[in-house]
Amino acid sequence: MNKITRRQALGTTAGALTVLGLTAAAAGATHAAATPTEPTTPGTVDEVYQGRRIQITAGGGGHHGGHHSPGQPTVRIDGRELHVMRNADGTWISVINHYETFADPKLLARAAVRDLQGAALVPFGGAA
Amino acid sequence: MTVRKNQATLTPEEKRAFVSALQELKRTGVYDRFVTTHNGFIMSDTDSGDRVGHRSPSFLPWHRRFLLEFEEALQKVDASVALPYWDWTVDRTSRASLWAADFLGGTGRARDGQVMDGPFAYATGKWNINVRVDGRAYLRRDLGAGVAQLPTKAEVDSVLAMPVYDMAPWNSSSNGFRNNLEGWRGANLHNRVHVWVGGQMSTGASPNDPVFWMHHAFIDKLWADWQAKHPRSTYLPGAGTQNVVDLNDTMRPWNDVTPADMLDHRKFYAFDTEPAAAPAASQR
Repeated sequence: MNKITRRQALGTTAGALTVLGLTAAAAGATHAAATPTEPTTPGTVDEVYQGRRIQITAGGGGHHGGHHSPGQPTVRIDGRELHVMRNADGTWISVINHYETFADPKLLARAAVRDLQGAALVPFGGAA
Repeated sequence: MTVRKNQATLTPEEKRAFVSALQELKRTGVYDRFVTTHNGFIMSDTDSGDRVGHRSPSFLPWHRRFLLEFEEALQKVDASVALPYWDWTVDRTSRASLWAADFLGGTGRARDGQVMDGPFAYATGKWNINVRVDGRAYLRRDLGAGVAQLPTKAEVDSVLAMPVYDMAPWNSSSNGFRNNLEGWRGANLHNRVHVWVGGQMSTGASPNDPVFWMHHAFIDKLWADWQAKHPRSTYLPGAGTQNVVDLNDTMRPWNDVTPADMLDHRKFYAFDTEPAAAPAASQR
Protein backbone atom coordinates (compact mmCIF):
# COMPACT_ATOMS: atom_id res chain seq x y z
CA MET A 1 0.00 0.00 0.00
CA ASN A 2 2.80 2.35 0.91
CA LYS A 3 4.71 1.55 -2.30
CA ILE A 4 1.73 2.18 -4.52
CA THR A 5 1.09 5.51 -2.86
CA ARG A 6 4.70 6.62 -3.37
CA ARG A 7 4.70 5.64 -7.03
CA GLN A 8 1.44 7.43 -7.62
CA ALA A 9 2.70 10.52 -5.80
CA LEU A 10 5.85 10.72 -7.95
CA GLY A 11 3.92 10.62 -11.21
CA THR A 12 5.28 9.28 -14.48
CA THR A 13 7.34 12.26 -15.65
CA ALA A 14 8.82 13.20 -12.30
CA GLY A 15 9.63 9.57 -11.56
CA ALA A 16 11.42 9.05 -14.85
CA LEU A 17 13.47 12.22 -14.39
CA THR A 18 14.46 11.20 -10.88
CA VAL A 19 15.63 7.80 -12.08
CA LEU A 20 17.65 9.36 -14.91
CA GLY A 21 19.27 11.83 -12.55
CA LEU A 22 20.27 9.16 -10.07
CA THR A 23 21.68 6.95 -12.81
CA ALA A 24 23.80 9.74 -14.22
CA ALA A 25 25.14 10.65 -10.80
CA ALA A 26 25.99 7.04 -9.97
CA ALA A 27 27.71 6.54 -13.33
CA GLY A 28 29.72 9.70 -12.88
CA ALA A 29 30.93 8.53 -9.50
CA THR A 30 32.35 5.23 -10.62
CA HIS A 31 32.67 5.30 -14.40
CA ALA A 32 33.88 7.66 -17.07
CA ALA A 33 30.37 8.16 -18.35
CA ALA A 34 29.93 11.69 -17.03
CA THR A 35 30.85 13.07 -20.45
CA PRO A 36 30.39 11.47 -23.86
CA THR A 37 32.96 8.75 -24.52
CA GLU A 38 33.70 9.32 -28.18
CA PRO A 39 37.18 8.14 -29.24
CA THR A 40 39.88 10.76 -28.81
CA THR A 41 42.73 11.42 -31.17
CA PRO A 42 45.95 11.03 -29.19
CA GLY A 43 47.57 14.40 -28.65
CA THR A 44 44.41 16.28 -27.91
CA VAL A 45 43.70 15.63 -24.24
CA ASP A 46 44.39 17.99 -21.37
CA GLU A 47 41.67 17.71 -18.77
CA VAL A 48 41.06 17.58 -15.06
CA TYR A 49 39.24 14.41 -14.10
CA GLN A 50 38.28 13.74 -10.48
CA GLY A 51 40.84 16.31 -9.39
CA ARG A 52 43.72 14.87 -11.40
CA ARG A 53 45.27 16.39 -14.52
CA ILE A 54 45.30 14.02 -17.48
CA GLN A 55 47.54 14.98 -20.42
CA ILE A 56 47.85 12.89 -23.54
CA THR A 57 50.33 13.93 -26.21
CA ALA A 58 51.27 12.27 -29.48
CA GLY A 59 54.27 10.21 -28.53
CA GLY A 60 57.77 10.13 -29.86
CA GLY A 61 58.31 6.64 -28.53
CA GLY A 62 61.72 5.31 -27.69
CA HIS A 63 61.72 6.47 -24.09
CA HIS A 64 62.30 4.31 -21.02
CA GLY A 65 64.40 1.66 -22.60
CA GLY A 66 63.01 2.07 -26.07
CA HIS A 67 60.37 -0.63 -25.82
CA HIS A 68 57.55 1.62 -26.98
CA SER A 69 56.38 1.58 -30.54
CA PRO A 70 57.08 4.88 -32.29
CA GLY A 71 54.01 7.07 -32.45
CA GLN A 72 52.56 5.74 -29.20
CA PRO A 73 51.02 8.56 -27.18
CA THR A 74 52.45 9.65 -23.86
CA VAL A 75 49.87 9.67 -21.08
CA ARG A 76 50.55 11.69 -17.94
CA ILE A 77 48.61 11.96 -14.69
CA ASP A 78 49.62 15.03 -12.68
CA GLY A 79 52.79 15.12 -14.73
CA ARG A 80 53.82 11.51 -14.05
CA GLU A 81 53.89 9.17 -17.02
CA LEU A 82 51.48 6.23 -17.13
CA HIS A 83 52.85 3.24 -19.03
CA VAL A 84 50.33 2.42 -21.76
CA MET A 85 50.19 -0.06 -24.60
CA ARG A 86 48.08 -0.47 -27.71
CA ASN A 87 46.59 -3.88 -28.44
CA ALA A 88 46.42 -5.39 -31.92
CA ASP A 89 42.67 -4.74 -32.07
CA GLY A 90 43.18 -1.02 -31.37
CA THR A 91 42.16 -1.11 -27.70
CA TRP A 92 44.44 0.06 -24.90
CA ILE A 93 45.81 -1.13 -21.57
CA SER A 94 47.99 0.52 -18.92
CA VAL A 95 50.23 -0.79 -16.18
CA ILE A 96 47.49 0.20 -13.70
CA ASN A 97 44.72 -1.67 -15.55
CA HIS A 98 46.74 -4.26 -17.33
CA TYR A 99 44.17 -7.02 -17.83
CA GLU A 100 41.23 -4.92 -18.98
CA THR A 101 41.02 -3.18 -22.34
CA PHE A 102 39.79 0.36 -23.05
CA ALA A 103 38.60 1.95 -26.27
CA ASP A 104 41.03 4.87 -26.18
CA PRO A 105 43.83 6.39 -24.06
CA LYS A 106 41.52 8.92 -22.40
CA LEU A 107 39.21 6.25 -21.04
CA LEU A 108 42.30 4.31 -19.96
CA ALA A 109 43.72 7.35 -18.14
CA ARG A 110 40.42 8.00 -16.41
CA ALA A 111 40.25 4.38 -15.25
CA ALA A 112 43.75 4.77 -13.83
CA VAL A 113 42.71 7.95 -11.98
CA ARG A 114 39.79 6.10 -10.41
CA ASP A 115 42.02 3.22 -9.36
CA LEU A 116 44.72 5.49 -7.95
CA GLN A 117 42.30 7.11 -5.46
CA GLY A 118 44.61 10.09 -5.20
CA ALA A 119 47.92 8.17 -5.12
CA ALA A 120 50.77 9.37 -7.34
CA LEU A 121 52.28 7.25 -10.09
CA VAL A 122 55.88 6.23 -9.54
CA PRO A 123 58.48 6.17 -12.33
CA PHE A 124 58.32 2.79 -13.98
CA GLY A 125 61.24 0.43 -13.78
CA GLY A 126 63.30 -0.90 -16.63
CA ALA A 127 62.45 -4.01 -18.58
CA ALA A 128 63.61 -7.34 -17.25
CA MET B 1 57.76 -35.33 -5.87
CA THR B 2 55.99 -32.02 -5.47
CA VAL B 3 52.20 -32.34 -5.45
CA ARG B 4 50.22 -29.21 -6.19
CA LYS B 5 46.91 -29.30 -4.37
CA ASN B 6 43.65 -27.44 -4.65
CA GLN B 7 43.95 -24.64 -2.08
CA ALA B 8 40.48 -25.49 -0.73
CA THR B 9 41.79 -28.88 0.47
CA LEU B 10 44.83 -27.60 2.41
CA THR B 11 45.07 -28.40 6.11
CA PRO B 12 45.60 -25.55 8.59
CA GLU B 13 49.22 -26.71 8.92
CA GLU B 14 49.75 -26.59 5.15
CA LYS B 15 48.28 -23.10 5.01
CA ARG B 16 50.53 -21.91 7.83
CA ALA B 17 53.62 -23.39 6.16
CA PHE B 18 52.82 -21.77 2.82
CA VAL B 19 52.15 -18.37 4.40
CA SER B 20 55.34 -18.53 6.49
CA ALA B 21 57.44 -19.39 3.45
CA LEU B 22 55.92 -16.46 1.52
CA GLN B 23 56.67 -14.08 4.38
CA GLU B 24 60.24 -15.35 4.60
CA LEU B 25 60.81 -14.80 0.86
CA LYS B 26 59.37 -11.33 1.32
CA ARG B 27 61.64 -10.60 4.27
CA THR B 28 64.78 -11.60 2.38
CA GLY B 29 63.90 -9.62 -0.75
CA VAL B 30 63.67 -12.72 -2.94
CA TYR B 31 59.91 -12.26 -3.38
CA ASP B 32 60.17 -8.75 -4.77
CA ARG B 33 62.61 -9.86 -7.46
CA PHE B 34 59.82 -11.99 -8.91
CA VAL B 35 57.49 -8.98 -8.94
CA THR B 36 60.13 -6.92 -10.73
CA THR B 37 60.69 -9.61 -13.36
CA HIS B 38 56.97 -9.97 -14.02
CA ASN B 39 56.35 -6.25 -14.34
CA GLY B 40 59.33 -5.92 -16.69
CA PHE B 41 57.85 -8.48 -19.06
CA ILE B 42 54.35 -7.00 -18.73
CA MET B 43 55.70 -3.68 -19.99
CA SER B 44 57.94 -5.05 -22.74
CA ASP B 45 55.73 -7.79 -24.26
CA THR B 46 53.94 -6.11 -27.20
CA ASP B 47 51.62 -7.39 -29.91
CA SER B 48 53.76 -6.01 -32.72
CA GLY B 49 57.20 -6.58 -31.17
CA ASP B 50 59.14 -9.11 -29.16
CA ARG B 51 56.81 -10.95 -26.78
CA VAL B 52 57.63 -13.74 -24.35
CA GLY B 53 55.72 -13.72 -21.06
CA HIS B 54 52.32 -12.53 -22.24
CA ARG B 55 50.09 -12.12 -25.32
CA SER B 56 52.05 -14.80 -27.12
CA PRO B 57 52.27 -18.60 -27.39
CA SER B 58 54.93 -18.72 -24.68
CA PHE B 59 52.51 -17.23 -22.11
CA LEU B 60 51.93 -20.76 -20.79
CA PRO B 61 55.48 -22.22 -20.76
CA TRP B 62 56.90 -18.87 -19.53
CA HIS B 63 54.57 -18.83 -16.53
CA ARG B 64 55.18 -22.55 -15.91
CA ARG B 65 58.91 -21.83 -15.65
CA PHE B 66 58.30 -18.67 -13.59
CA LEU B 67 56.15 -20.61 -11.10
CA LEU B 68 58.71 -23.43 -10.93
CA GLU B 69 61.42 -20.96 -10.04
CA PHE B 70 59.19 -19.40 -7.39
CA GLU B 71 58.21 -22.80 -5.98
CA GLU B 72 61.89 -23.77 -5.77
CA ALA B 73 62.52 -20.59 -3.78
CA LEU B 74 59.69 -21.49 -1.41
CA GLN B 75 61.06 -25.01 -1.00
CA LYS B 76 64.47 -23.65 -0.01
CA VAL B 77 62.66 -22.09 2.93
CA ASP B 78 60.43 -25.11 3.65
CA ALA B 79 60.85 -28.27 1.60
CA SER B 80 57.30 -29.40 2.42
CA VAL B 81 55.67 -26.50 0.57
CA ALA B 82 54.14 -26.76 -2.90
CA LEU B 83 52.18 -24.14 -4.80
CA PRO B 84 48.44 -24.63 -4.29
CA TYR B 85 46.04 -23.80 -7.10
CA TRP B 86 42.81 -21.80 -6.92
CA ASP B 87 39.95 -23.27 -8.94
CA TRP B 88 37.93 -20.09 -9.32
CA THR B 89 35.15 -21.95 -11.14
CA VAL B 90 34.31 -23.55 -7.77
CA ASP B 91 35.57 -21.14 -5.11
CA ARG B 92 34.00 -18.16 -6.78
CA THR B 93 32.90 -15.75 -4.07
CA SER B 94 34.64 -13.53 -1.54
CA ARG B 95 33.30 -15.93 1.13
CA ALA B 96 35.58 -18.76 -0.04
CA SER B 97 38.00 -20.06 2.60
CA LEU B 98 40.82 -18.76 0.39
CA TRP B 99 40.00 -15.24 1.61
CA ALA B 100 39.75 -16.08 5.31
CA ALA B 101 42.04 -14.42 7.84
CA ASP B 102 43.99 -17.69 8.34
CA PHE B 103 45.04 -17.73 4.69
CA LEU B 104 45.12 -14.79 2.28
CA GLY B 105 42.82 -12.38 4.11
CA GLY B 106 39.81 -10.75 2.51
CA THR B 107 38.86 -7.89 0.27
CA GLY B 108 40.01 -4.30 0.83
CA ARG B 109 38.12 -1.73 2.86
CA ALA B 110 35.97 0.75 0.95
CA ARG B 111 37.97 3.89 1.70
CA ASP B 112 41.28 2.95 0.09
CA GLY B 113 41.09 -0.69 -0.92
CA GLN B 114 43.49 -1.72 1.83
CA VAL B 115 43.40 -5.37 2.92
CA MET B 116 42.91 -5.22 6.70
CA ASP B 117 43.00 -8.85 7.81
CA GLY B 118 45.15 -11.92 7.31
CA PRO B 119 48.94 -12.35 7.17
CA PHE B 120 49.42 -9.94 4.25
CA ALA B 121 47.71 -6.90 5.76
CA TYR B 122 50.01 -3.87 5.88
CA ALA B 123 49.68 -3.56 9.66
CA THR B 124 51.45 -6.91 10.15
CA GLY B 125 54.63 -5.18 9.02
CA LYS B 126 55.45 -8.29 7.00
CA TRP B 127 53.99 -7.41 3.62
CA ASN B 128 55.04 -4.03 2.30
CA ILE B 129 54.44 -3.42 -1.39
CA ASN B 130 57.89 -2.30 -2.54
CA VAL B 131 57.82 -2.96 -6.29
CA ARG B 132 54.92 -0.78 -7.22
CA VAL B 133 53.40 1.34 -9.92
CA ASP B 134 52.01 4.00 -7.57
CA GLY B 135 52.75 5.42 -4.15
CA ARG B 136 50.69 2.98 -2.10
CA ALA B 137 52.71 0.52 0.01
CA TYR B 138 49.78 -1.61 1.25
CA LEU B 139 48.16 -4.64 -0.36
CA ARG B 140 44.86 -3.75 -1.99
CA ARG B 141 41.92 -5.80 -3.29
CA ASP B 142 38.38 -5.12 -4.42
CA LEU B 143 36.96 -8.61 -4.88
CA GLY B 144 34.21 -8.72 -7.48
CA ALA B 145 34.16 -4.97 -8.19
CA GLY B 146 36.03 -4.70 -11.49
CA VAL B 147 33.95 -7.50 -12.94
CA ALA B 148 31.00 -9.19 -11.24
CA GLN B 149 31.56 -12.85 -12.02
CA LEU B 150 34.52 -15.20 -12.18
CA PRO B 151 34.57 -17.55 -15.17
CA THR B 152 32.31 -20.59 -14.94
CA LYS B 153 33.14 -24.26 -15.46
CA ALA B 154 31.14 -24.14 -18.70
CA GLU B 155 33.25 -21.25 -19.97
CA VAL B 156 36.43 -23.11 -19.05
CA ASP B 157 35.18 -26.24 -20.81
CA SER B 158 34.40 -24.26 -23.97
CA VAL B 159 38.02 -23.07 -24.09
CA LEU B 160 39.46 -26.49 -23.23
CA ALA B 161 37.52 -27.83 -26.23
CA MET B 162 39.58 -25.74 -28.66
CA PRO B 163 41.90 -28.15 -30.47
CA VAL B 164 44.55 -25.75 -31.80
CA TYR B 165 47.13 -24.44 -29.32
CA ASP B 166 47.68 -21.03 -30.86
CA MET B 167 47.37 -19.27 -34.22
CA ALA B 168 48.96 -16.50 -36.24
CA PRO B 169 49.46 -13.63 -35.59
CA TRP B 170 50.50 -15.18 -32.24
CA ASN B 171 49.38 -12.24 -30.13
CA SER B 172 46.36 -10.77 -28.30
CA SER B 173 44.26 -10.99 -31.47
CA SER B 174 44.86 -14.70 -32.07
CA ASN B 175 42.23 -17.38 -32.10
CA GLY B 176 42.93 -20.75 -30.50
CA PHE B 177 43.34 -22.21 -27.01
CA ARG B 178 46.18 -20.03 -25.67
CA ASN B 179 44.62 -16.63 -26.31
CA ASN B 180 41.16 -17.70 -25.21
CA LEU B 181 42.68 -19.02 -21.98
CA GLU B 182 44.79 -15.89 -21.54
CA GLY B 183 41.60 -13.93 -22.12
CA TRP B 184 42.31 -11.28 -24.74
CA ARG B 185 39.42 -12.71 -26.73
CA GLY B 186 36.42 -14.91 -26.17
CA ALA B 187 35.01 -15.84 -22.76
CA ASN B 188 38.02 -14.21 -21.05
CA LEU B 189 39.39 -16.56 -18.41
CA HIS B 190 42.84 -15.59 -17.05
CA ASN B 191 42.60 -11.82 -17.54
CA ARG B 192 39.15 -11.64 -16.00
CA VAL B 193 40.34 -13.26 -12.76
CA HIS B 194 43.01 -10.58 -12.37
CA VAL B 195 40.32 -7.91 -12.81
CA TRP B 196 37.92 -9.65 -10.39
CA VAL B 197 40.51 -9.59 -7.59
CA GLY B 198 41.38 -5.93 -8.23
CA GLY B 199 44.06 -3.95 -6.40
CA GLN B 200 47.62 -4.88 -7.33
CA MET B 201 46.29 -7.99 -9.12
CA SER B 202 44.90 -5.68 -11.82
CA THR B 203 48.31 -4.11 -12.45
CA GLY B 204 51.56 -5.15 -14.06
CA ALA B 205 52.91 -5.76 -10.56
CA SER B 206 50.23 -8.40 -9.91
CA PRO B 207 52.56 -10.91 -8.14
CA ASN B 208 52.47 -8.53 -5.17
CA ASP B 209 49.30 -10.38 -4.19
CA PRO B 210 50.08 -13.98 -3.18
CA VAL B 211 46.89 -15.11 -4.93
CA PHE B 212 48.81 -14.51 -8.18
CA TRP B 213 50.63 -17.83 -7.73
CA MET B 214 47.46 -19.79 -7.01
CA HIS B 215 45.68 -18.24 -9.98
CA HIS B 216 48.55 -19.09 -12.31
CA ALA B 217 48.93 -22.57 -10.82
CA PHE B 218 45.33 -23.19 -11.91
CA ILE B 219 45.92 -21.69 -15.38
CA ASP B 220 48.90 -24.04 -15.58
CA LYS B 221 46.69 -26.98 -14.59
CA LEU B 222 44.20 -26.03 -17.31
CA TRP B 223 47.06 -26.28 -19.82
CA ALA B 224 47.73 -29.82 -18.54
CA ASP B 225 44.02 -30.61 -18.75
CA TRP B 226 43.99 -29.34 -22.34
CA GLN B 227 46.98 -31.51 -23.25
CA ALA B 228 45.25 -34.59 -21.85
CA LYS B 229 42.15 -33.74 -23.85
CA HIS B 230 44.03 -33.13 -27.10
CA PRO B 231 46.97 -35.57 -27.10
CA ARG B 232 47.66 -34.94 -30.78
CA SER B 233 47.81 -31.16 -30.42
CA THR B 234 51.06 -29.49 -29.47
CA TYR B 235 52.71 -26.15 -28.89
CA LEU B 236 52.78 -23.83 -31.89
CA PRO B 237 54.55 -22.25 -33.74
CA GLY B 238 57.18 -24.79 -34.62
CA ALA B 239 59.97 -22.65 -36.05
CA GLY B 240 61.05 -19.45 -37.75
CA THR B 241 58.52 -17.00 -36.31
CA GLN B 242 59.67 -13.43 -35.87
CA ASN B 243 59.29 -11.86 -32.39
CA VAL B 244 57.76 -15.08 -31.05
CA VAL B 245 59.23 -17.99 -29.06
CA ASP B 246 59.03 -21.09 -31.26
CA LEU B 247 58.90 -24.59 -29.78
CA ASN B 248 62.68 -24.96 -29.49
CA ASP B 249 63.69 -21.32 -28.97
CA THR B 250 64.98 -20.30 -25.55
CA MET B 251 62.91 -17.97 -23.39
CA ARG B 252 64.11 -14.85 -21.64
CA PRO B 253 65.09 -14.21 -18.86
CA TRP B 254 66.48 -17.72 -18.33
CA ASN B 255 67.85 -18.23 -21.87
CA ASP B 256 68.42 -21.91 -21.19
CA VAL B 257 64.88 -23.23 -21.30
CA THR B 258 62.50 -23.72 -24.25
CA PRO B 259 58.76 -24.27 -24.51
CA ALA B 260 59.59 -27.87 -25.47
CA ASP B 261 61.27 -28.31 -22.08
CA MET B 262 58.09 -27.17 -20.32
CA LEU B 263 55.48 -29.29 -22.11
CA ASP B 264 55.39 -32.14 -19.59
CA HIS B 265 54.68 -30.86 -16.09
CA ARG B 266 55.15 -34.38 -14.68
CA LYS B 267 58.90 -33.86 -14.93
CA PHE B 268 58.53 -31.29 -12.16
CA TYR B 269 55.35 -31.91 -10.14
CA ALA B 270 52.03 -33.69 -10.10
CA PHE B 271 48.57 -32.34 -9.43
CA ASP B 272 46.38 -33.80 -6.69
CA THR B 273 44.00 -34.80 -9.46
CA GLU B 274 45.75 -35.54 -12.73
CA PRO B 275 43.62 -35.10 -15.84
CA ALA B 276 44.29 -38.47 -17.48
CA ALA B 277 46.36 -41.55 -16.65
CA ALA B 278 48.48 -40.07 -13.90
CA PRO B 279 51.54 -41.61 -12.32
CA ALA B 280 50.42 -43.63 -9.32
CA ALA B 281 52.96 -42.01 -7.03
CA SER B 282 51.80 -39.33 -4.64
CA GLN B 283 48.11 -39.89 -5.22
CA ARG B 284 45.86 -40.28 -2.23
